[in-house]
Amino acid sequence: MKARGLLFGLATSLLMSAAAFAQQAPVKIGMITTLSGPGGYLGQDIRDAFKLAIEMEGGKLGGVPVELVVEDDGLKPGQGKQIAERMLKTDGIKIFTGIVFSNVAGATVPDIVDAGALYVSPNAAPSNLAGKECNANYFVVSWQNDSLHESAGQNATNLGYKRAFILAPNYQAGKDALSGFKRYFKGDVVGELYTRLDQTDFAAEMAQIRSANPDVVFQFHPGGIGIAFLRQYQQAGLLGKIPMVVAAPSLDAVTLAAVGDAALGLNVSSHWNSDLDNPANKAFMAAWTKAYNRPATYYSSQGYDAALAIASALKGTSGKLDVPALDKALAKADFQSVRGAFKFGPNQHPIQDWYALKVEKDGEGKLALKTVGKVLTNHGDAYAAQCKL
Amino acid sequence: MTLVLEQLLNGVQFGVMLFLLAAGLTLIFGIMGVINLAHGSLYMVGAYAGAIVAAKTGSLLLAIPAALAAAAAAGVAMELLVLRRLYQRDHLDQVLATFALILIFNQGVTLLFGRQPLFVSIPPLLNGSVELLPGLSYSVYRLTIIAVGLLVAAGLSILINRTRVGMLVRAGATHRDMVRALGVDIKLLYTAVFGLGALLAGLAGLMAGPILAVQVGMGEQILIMTFVVVVIGGVGSVRGALFGALIVGIVDTCLRAFLPGLLRQVMAGSEADALGAGLSSMGIYLLMAVVLLLRPKGLFPSHA
Amino acid sequence: MRNEAMVQPVPVPVAYGPLLATLVLALALVVLPFAAQALGQPSLVPLATRALIYAIAAASLNLALGYGGMVSFGHAAFFGIGGYVVGILYQSFTADELLFGLIPGTNQLLLTLAAAMLAAGFLALVIGALSLRTSGVQFIMITLAFAQMLFFLFVSLKAYGGDDGLIIRRRNILFGLDTRDDTVFYFVCLAAAAIMFWGIARIVGSRFGMVLAGIRQSERRMAAMGIAPYRYKLAAFVISGMGAGLAGALMANYLRFVSPDMLHWTKSGELMIMVILGGVGTLLGPLLGAAALVVLETVLTAWTEHWQLVLGPILLVVVLFTQGGLRALLRRLGGGR
Repeated sequence: MKARGLLFGLATSLLMSAAAFAQQAPVKIGMITTLSGPGGYLGQDIRDAFKLAIEMEGGKLGGVPVELVVEDDGLKPGQGKQIAERMLKTDGIKIFTGIVFSNVAGATVPDIVDAGALYVSPNAAPSNLAGKECNANYFVVSWQNDSLHESAGQNATNLGYKRAFILAPNYQAGKDALSGFKRYFKGDVVGELYTRLDQTDFAAEMAQIRSANPDVVFQFHPGGIGIAFLRQYQQAGLLGKIPMVVAAPSLDAVTLAAVGDAALGLNVSSHWNSDLDNPANKAFMAAWTKAYNRPATYYSSQGYDAALAIASALKGTSGKLDVPALDKALAKADFQSVRGAFKFGPNQHPIQDWYALKVEKDGEGKLALKTVGKVLTNHGDAYAAQCKL
Repeated sequence: MTLVLEQLLNGVQFGVMLFLLAAGLTLIFGIMGVINLAHGSLYMVGAYAGAIVAAKTGSLLLAIPAALAAAAAAGVAMELLVLRRLYQRDHLDQVLATFALILIFNQGVTLLFGRQPLFVSIPPLLNGSVELLPGLSYSVYRLTIIAVGLLVAAGLSILINRTRVGMLVRAGATHRDMVRALGVDIKLLYTAVFGLGALLAGLAGLMAGPILAVQVGMGEQILIMTFVVVVIGGVGSVRGALFGALIVGIVDTCLRAFLPGLLRQVMAGSEADALGAGLSSMGIYLLMAVVLLLRPKGLFPSHA
Repeated sequence: MRNEAMVQPVPVPVAYGPLLATLVLALALVVLPFAAQALGQPSLVPLATRALIYAIAAASLNLALGYGGMVSFGHAAFFGIGGYVVGILYQSFTADELLFGLIPGTNQLLLTLAAAMLAAGFLALVIGALSLRTSGVQFIMITLAFAQMLFFLFVSLKAYGGDDGLIIRRRNILFGLDTRDDTVFYFVCLAAAAIMFWGIARIVGSRFGMVLAGIRQSERRMAAMGIAPYRYKLAAFVISGMGAGLAGALMANYLRFVSPDMLHWTKSGELMIMVILGGVGTLLGPLLGAAALVVLETVLTAWTEHWQLVLGPILLVVVLFTQGGLRALLRRLGGGR
């Protein structure tokens, strides 16, 4: 498969260099992402990694000159849709990416794919677009929400925990998180709590965890509320007493830096980590560290992979913006993902491996996420069966 | 039983944080009649200033004056440059102006300090927990917050009830025009009150740093809760703000802690959890609606 | 300040002025989609559509806020419920189920709009009946409280997508029109906006409107004249809620999506900002405010990622120096009156 891909690549790159000369203007890629508000750093990482991939190829993707057009959706669905309309109709953009949050994706993605353009998601993958509403022009390179938490459940099972206390905010993604965890956790759930989306103080929850005294705590609190949760977990004296498993969104490299020692010993399951041992990742990490003076998050890895995926599609059509042909080329997933093995399932969401990470101190006493093993192999998602593509 | 006590303490601690924000807001509203949406931004300024000074100098003792000074300075600047021109205007103009200020503060902080949340550690002296009762140990830091909050409440009470400035403040809250007519330098008083409110918000931000996430937009998350406290307590009343904050803090914490458990006695586990969480989210709003319907001026109105 | 302007009738030397301005505006709005096509800027059409929808919502809010003196910080509740009515009816239509075992779903625009207005009106009746027992800041906060309760309710309703929201795959249908087409949908919204603004102008000019203005200036005086302020205010609040519901239903159709985002307090705030920016208590102010905010946001985000740092000062300048929003600014520019 790989060899064939290489040969194919070689042949097309020859063809393509000719095509690239013939083409005057670079191919525009529309990135609609969230840059303002508390979630702004997610969009920033996706954008910067995507840009990095373009720079590493000398202003090209898949040998085709490209131009990235970035706009801030401000985490407003209406704003995201408006930007998409303008990019589609005025600028004639055919390739889109960038959306971070599900509610923006819900309002924006259907418009893009219905207008016959390609959308490659570097993060948001709401379940209502993964099943019956799947679309030939819609690809996700990140993950389907459920699989994140299934990996955490499997991780807890592998680590031999028997009694779990689980918490997540009371909204759809939170409920999916708890049910995803329970699907793969083989022990008993001794306590289940929904927190609030706007909650910042978790003292009440800490008291309940302590009185339930479980083997392990699983929690899903992305971004800022995750930082608050972990700090208060430590301050409540639970850190080190009751181990915790989480999935990637509850602890990325940025929140790790903000949480500090309160994250020590945490078990994280993720599809990517900065220390994954494969050539693509090494190249990515070297370039990232050189270009930006901050840690790479898994959002960065997804932004980078989205760029590589689009590059593989452009290469497949030799730079021709024929969307059905781009779809076909992209579906082959003919690129070296920074997470290693990667392919698309029938609903064009990833089938990938999930790794167990642990927060440890490195040689210099700095906190880092270390990969310690594999949790799941070639893991797809539960919605693929409903998709008729 | 110890669990109930611990949850009550949690409620009090949360209430005290809300009080620090609400005290400033209620004074500013009561005396100047300004609806200051940007009050949460002052809280953010305090948190950022504290976090950055602590990180740069490694000294938490320096962080405290830095946070207070930064927030107070931001507050005074806000008053002198913008709000002073709007006292004579409609409330709604103030709403628009302070909304604009939120945008400026948030984007300014993003530009200066980036989008990544900051790290703040607990001072080593206050780390760890003490055993208050057998089986009930509680975080020293949270106890400190409660103590600081109650001290501030006591200090404010003395300031307002026992001093000349306090007399003007009280008079200003009830008979604004009369105070002005008596030839009091109302401009200076306004600036001072605004600075004091900002300072308290900065203190809240500083203390919240190690517990919560220091990030852009943190002020807006707590702003609405603060308004709820002000209205429940009675606009313009510091005593109302204190009791309102404690009531909101305790009710909110206890609903979260005990409602799902109670519901689980009567229905299936997962449904009870979801319903409990939904109801507890609405809890304080329900509380506010009921209070306002029964006592439209709030529980401790400053206007007789 | 603003009251004064209402008390002293503004001297109008030529009565044709406002009429002419309205005609020019109407003509411009009708020509806009064709001009946009001709200029090669077809995305202006959906942009204008969004501005029109927000203008309907803002104008409705203005009826309560500007003309009735009821500062509602909970209009997102009506806006959002209008959107959810469209979403839920569409969901039961595609699933071919009866809603609550009684009501069949539908995708007929006229039916969904009417249902949305009814639902929002009913909600406004309940919220208004309770909230109008208070006034001032208390009224602001109690309307916020009810809207927040509704927000948390929809966040936790899994059947309607919870936080992820509901996707409406196809826009509602209206006769044989292709509502998917931007220009067609623009004219649908323009028609709705025209009816709305005409209706509000009629209400404001009617006896009802006069009483409402009287109540805003002095409730006691009106009560002394034997008028029960509560009923008038409640009626205005319900009409205002229905208008916001209509806007919400159009927005759900425009976005083909509805989520709790539409019910959040920031949405109430945004609508309020539009009204104040345009000019409180003026007929066309909300239209100006909505258009200015939507256009500014779009233009500025396209220009720089730090758009808030530009938008903030612009808003500040408007508040500090126009004394009455964009409408007042325009009036002063056009004639120095």
